[in-house]
Amino acid sequence: MLGLGKKDFSLLMLVLVLTMLAPFILNPFPEGSGMAQFNAGYPDLMQRFVIFGIFAIGFNILFGLTGYLSFGHAAFLGVGSYAAIWMMKLVSLNVIPAMIMGVIFAGLFALVVGFISLRRSGIYFSILTLAFAQMSYALAYSVLTPITGGETGLQLKSTDNPILSNLAEGEIGRASLFGLDMRASIELEMGNWLFTLNMGYYVAAFVMLIAFYIAIRIFRSPFGVMLRAVKSNQNRMNYTGLNPRPYTLAAFVISGMYAGLAGGLMVAMDTQVGPERMFWTASGEVVLMTILGGVGTLIGPVLGAGLIKYMENIISKINSDILHTWFAFLPDGLEDLVVTLIYPFIGKGWHLTLGIVFMLVVIFLPGGLVEGGQRIARLFGKRRKSEDGSSAGKTTPAE
Amino acid sequence: MGILEVKGVNKRFGGLQALGDVNLSVQEQTVHAIIGPNGAGKSTLLNCLVGKLIPDSGSVMFDNQSVLGRKPHEINQMGISRVFQTPEIFTDLTVLENMMIPCFAKRDGAFRLHALESLGHEKGIREMAETMLEEVNMLDKRNAHAGSLSRGDKRRLEMAMCLVQEPRLLLLDEPTAGMARADTNNTIDLLKEIKEKRKITMAIIEHDMHVVFSLAERITVLAQGTPLVEDTPDNIKGHPKVKEAYLGEAAH
Amino acid sequence: MDAIILQILNGLDKGSAYALIALGLTLIFGTLGVVNFAHGALFMIGAFCAVTLQRLLSLSHEVVDETRTDFLGNPLKVEVPYLQDWLGAETAAAVISWSVPLAILFSIPIMIVVGVAMERGLIKHFYKRPHADQILVTFGLAIVLQEVIKYYFGANPIPTPAPEAFTGSFDFGALIGMDPYTIIYPYWRLVYFAFAMIIIAGVFAFLQFTTFGMVVRAGMADRETVGLLGINIDKRFTIMFAIAACVAGLAGVMYAPINAPNYHMGMDFLVLSFVVVVVGGMGSLPGAVAAGFLLGILESFASMAAVIDILPGINQIIIYLVAIIILLTRPRGLMGRKGVMEE
Repeated sequence: MLGLGKKDFSLLMLVLVLTMLAPFILNPFPEGSGMAQFNAGYPDLMQRFVIFGIFAIGFNILFGLTGYLSFGHAAFLGVGSYAAIWMMKLVSLNVIPAMIMGVIFAGLFALVVGFISLRRSGIYFSILTLAFAQMSYALAYSVLTPITGGETGLQLKSTDNPILSNLAEGEIGRASLFGLDMRASIELEMGNWLFTLNMGYYVAAFVMLIAFYIAIRIFRSPFGVMLRAVKSNQNRMNYTGLNPRPYTLAAFVISGMYAGLAGGLMVAMDTQVGPERMFWTASGEVVLMTILGGVGTLIGPVLGAGLIKYMENIISKINSDILHTWFAFLPDGLEDLVVTLIYPFIGKGWHLTLGIVFMLVVIFLPGGLVEGGQRIARLFGKRRKSEDGSSAGKTTPAE
Repeated sequence: MGILEVKGVNKRFGGLQALGDVNLSVQEQTVHAIIGPNGAGKSTLLNCLVGKLIPDSGSVMFDNQSVLGRKPHEINQMGISRVFQTPEIFTDLTVLENMMIPCFAKRDGAFRLHALESLGHEKGIREMAETMLEEVNMLDKRNAHAGSLSRGDKRRLEMAMCLVQEPRLLLLDEPTAGMARADTNNTIDLLKEIKEKRKITMAIIEHDMHVVFSLAERITVLAQGTPLVEDTPDNIKGHPKVKEAYLGEAAH
Repeated sequence: MDAIILQILNGLDKGSAYALIALGLTLIFGTLGVVNFAHGALFMIGAFCAVTLQRLLSLSHEVVDETRTDFLGNPLKVEVPYLQDWLGAETAAAVISWSVPLAILFSIPIMIVVGVAMERGLIKHFYKRPHADQILVTFGLAIVLQEVIKYYFGANPIPTPAPEAFTGSFDFGALIGMDPYTIIYPYWRLVYFAFAMIIIAGVFAFLQFTTFGMVVRAGMADRETVGLLGINIDKRFTIMFAIAACVAGLAGVMYAPINAPNYHMGMDFLVLSFVVVVVGGMGSLPGAVAAGFLLGILESFASMAAVIDILPGINQIIIYLVAIIILLTRPRGLMGRKGVMEE
């Protein structure tokens, strides 16, 4: 179906169901309960889940398939964001042209950066991409201030009057999809639970589904095989009459376009952008997401993006008071000890937890969460596997 | 006029004359062996043929077209395939995927953005790949990872990947290097079979005289970067110059 | 003329730091074949060694000073360093003031322990893994180290002054016979430059004149052959890593007075140091040092008002721009060898 194999189609359907029901699934705890702070089903965070999911899916097309480690991918995200916000400022508040502009500009920029950087491989490539991204950041921060708004960045203002909109004098525009406000939400109260169905989230989720679908198609296409061939043996590729360079460049541009799409979506959600979006730590973050989730797998980057954004927004909010209430059942001395031991890893220290988890994954679980899941599944499902026979072993590299 | 004509090729590395005025003519549908002691310039010559090195002077014509200045993939598209000393295959891919890649290269050329086509719908390519695998008795291993194959199987796969492109010239760089006797004999049989069935022109660089005399119809002996003799195997055997080249001063 | 000399001088201290970090990176890469993204963290740890020692030396207790009173007429409580009780006021003040240079001694054992632990505990297991994995795991380690430092020392920069004798500036222009007050240069920066030169000379002398160094150089030229000679290369790797960690650590200790240490200084320097290494040529020690100074000085020239007027923002991007140009025109960097990092 949709040109996908059975297994891929079920994966797509699973992601479809999960994203559509996310406002419910991510809000399992009733309002006002002690666990409510672990609810992730609020629009702002859910939007970030899917947007960074797109970013990581795109990064994975480059790194996962070709093995080229870009340390400057945030630059494309930033370019996409700037292009999108200018589209909104000047032309239309509709998010679709904004996203398209984001994709086009990020793609063009990726074409230039990729054309130059891909003349080198290995660490040289990583450093070149890093250098380009840092340059973009520095320029956006300083010289390009007329275009980028410098340190403060850009946001929609009351003075903006896009040609395809009829704003009242002094009215600040709002991102919309053919008149549907991105910030519109329906709140559902069911017993003690409160669910928020947000327009922006559903638009973003729909875009991510398309992005995910395209990624599956790319993974399963002859082009995808060629990209894996680039990673595996460029020498043989050359002597098979294939030119690895345009294949890698195409992967680079496609993954830059994904980043641009993510950048455009960010603007569609909160109509603002700043240069820090392009800083190299942002590029490092997408590397972390992809590796954590499972590099070279389809669903891994989405999981990794979700995990990191969840940690960033939820774990970082736990403070020592909350810890004390959790461990209040322990004797006082022990309670203090436990809290002291855990405290460095939560709240502002969530980066520490992230770093440790990331290292553990690189050391013990190179396939990331997906490999972890597979190992667990194998542990429990040995009998089932023997029934499938040969087909089970075949698709392991790209699940 | 041979299918491959090498004329007056020179190549220096710093002070070392790796190739000095090499002339070589490989006739269509023959197996031509290039032999010589270590450091005779065999590999340098081969690298000049496939575009990895560019000679300082001279010409290399394949089918009346110069290969000089072309990139390896362009030379391959002209019809020259190469088998390496240690098999070069896509170890992270399955055997079938390995086989499909040259099929795509043959159909689509050096690059094509077939990103939204489905591998499952490439029936023609798949059949082509599977037929070839059948021919080299590897069809049952099509879903195995190429990296997990035995050395002999890797060699066969690499050979099959070259053959499926139906090259007009197959270059073999010590195809039996480091192999046990039994594997060597298998490889000889495989090459003989290819020679008879497919009538492919082959140029083979080899140390092992057993392999050379089982296969070759013409032999060029290289020594210190220059061809000493070119003749049929029978005439090469016992040729004084060849003895000298291999045994050096001891032959005097 | 004076402006040029001033900019060269200004570039020296940053250039020294780049050169020292790049030197360690290159040592590790050349001998162990590992791309160490946690090297900047070692630099940072060194800087925090200086902070720690300064704090340790200044540990105080409260003493009631009977001779003075506060505004309510009660006897004044003053903080007195323990050191003062033991050494007397003057010596204690001098020791505290000299805590940054003293931290050199303090940091060496710490850096050795950290280096050995890192190599034995983690890096060793990544010798055979792809460079991308090495980058990733050391990147993870760098995050962990900087978060640990952030946890204990907070997120704000911690001013760590140089010894009083070296605070302030001197008139370098007058010294070399130019008009007075044209080139004013802080003492400590000159100290830092001299210190860096000593360390660099020390490392080169060590590699040049000791048997150990000879083996290491042979290993950098051809790892496999050295392994075949039956030389216990593992132990030497560990030692090399510890030395590289010390070089980075010492660079950090002495840099503390120039830039107040903060938890992300390691990463800030690492990104640039990698660019330096690549510009110098992966695996070339002289290349790393030369590129370090070159880029440091270039950066300082690019920050001149006259230059910024013509090319706004150039000071922000000059290093990256140079790196891109060099990588594209000289793929192996200024002094790189063939075949390094070109899988």
